[in-house]
Amino acid sequence: MAGFAGPAGPSAGSDSPRGHPLMRLLASDLTCVRGGREVFSGLGFEVGAGEALIVSGPNGAGKSSLLRLVAGLVRIAAGRLALEGGDPESTIGEQAHYLGHQDALKPALSVRENLAFWTRFLGGGEGPVESALAAVGLDRIAGLPAAYLSAGQRRRLSVARLVAVKRPIWLLDEPTSALDAASQTSLAALMAQHLAGGGLILAAAHGPIGLARARELRLGVTP
Amino acid sequence: MNALAALMIRDMRLAVRLGGGALIGILFFLIVVTLVPFAIGPDLALLKRIGPAILWIGALLASLLALDRLIAADHEDGSLDLILTARVPLELTVAAKAIAHWLTTGLPLVVAAPLLGLLLNLDPKASGAVALTLLAGTPALTFIGLIGAALTVALRRGGLLLAVLVLPLTIPVLIFGVAASNAAIVGPLPFGTPFMILCALTLMTLVIGPFAAAVALRHGLE
Repeated sequence: MAGFAGPAGPSAGSDSPRGHPLMRLLASDLTCVRGGREVFSGLGFEVGAGEALIVSGPNGAGKSSLLRLVAGLVRIAAGRLALEGGDPESTIGEQAHYLGHQDALKPALSVRENLAFWTRFLGGGEGPVESALAAVGLDRIAGLPAAYLSAGQRRRLSVARLVAVKRPIWLLDEPTSALDAASQTSLAALMAQHLAGGGLILAAAHGPIGLARARELRLGVTP
Repeated sequence: MNALAALMIRDMRLAVRLGGGALIGILFFLIVVTLVPFAIGPDLALLKRIGPAILWIGALLASLLALDRLIAADHEDGSLDLILTARVPLELTVAAKAIAHWLTTGLPLVVAAPLLGLLLNLDPKASGAVALTLLAGTPALTFIGLIGAALTVALRRGGLLLAVLVLPLTIPVLIFGVAASNAAIVGPLPFGTPFMILCALTLMTLVIGPFAAAVALRHGLE
């Protein structure tokens, strides 16, 4: 990192509140092919610590594909994707939270059991399950089977996973869908908190998601 | 290890709760084994002779029954995406899922086999031999099934293809399972020889299954 000037002493360690001061997600000339069809090509972007990038574009432009590609769930057909300042032992997907259209919740398990499982499985240990549930306002129905949750509540329970397990990159696919106004506001607060802590957000959205300083990457506008 | 323990506990909880596969498998086993005496008639000597084979076929079909949900359920609700982004190696994850699956669907079949042996006029020694071979052989069925489940995960209605894929691969397990049981009951072969081969088959699938399933899942990414 030649661009980083300054005393890289012990104070720049991982105990600093910003967490990942050098972290930077770089993409250049990315091409994505799904089902034999080229979804996008020659895509480049750059997201640094504390930054959010909103991916927008018409249906089918490849917003979800881009997020899945960054998460490592779709193969990169061509181009380069790199995370500077991350953990070199892990893939980008292992350092990212992927919040897709599906909620990854088991209807037969209770709200608390669902979150506790993902917290333990994703490496958060016993984790702050209760406080994460409180952060999304589901603490009072923690014992309810997830089968009885509304679409918005299911979404909030998925978001609780992001709070319970710390990962620097958040990949959010239309995070505000099914959320009411109050929940959108609290999600925006959680995202702002994540950014303030040095996190990165890559979000696919059709409209504003409540982040004040977010750049936009528009897909599917080239003829 | 913590993550794998969490996964196994979750899968076992899901299997025993409403809509899980644990109870269905054992009921299916009971029905298959009960149907055979009705089909064959009250020939006690014949039942005793083919009893071990019936129990093995029943266990094979019953263990196949819940296999299509082993990975497909996680694929449908998006859990598989998160499993793939976890730090736990995929090989260990699918192995943990298979073990949890065996504990909830395979082990109950082993426990039920001596009871169902009564319906087939098997004496206690023969029932014990069948249960022992099932204990050694059903993990192989689960781990072979794991490969099939990983291969068919992205297909809608993959369950039927899964059965067609998996059943031929289970033939060696069936042969040596039934051979060991018969050796214990009527001879003339010693019980040990086919039983050892059965154990070897199981150990082989324990190694190959998770790796093959992980490769299949990674390849299935699109």
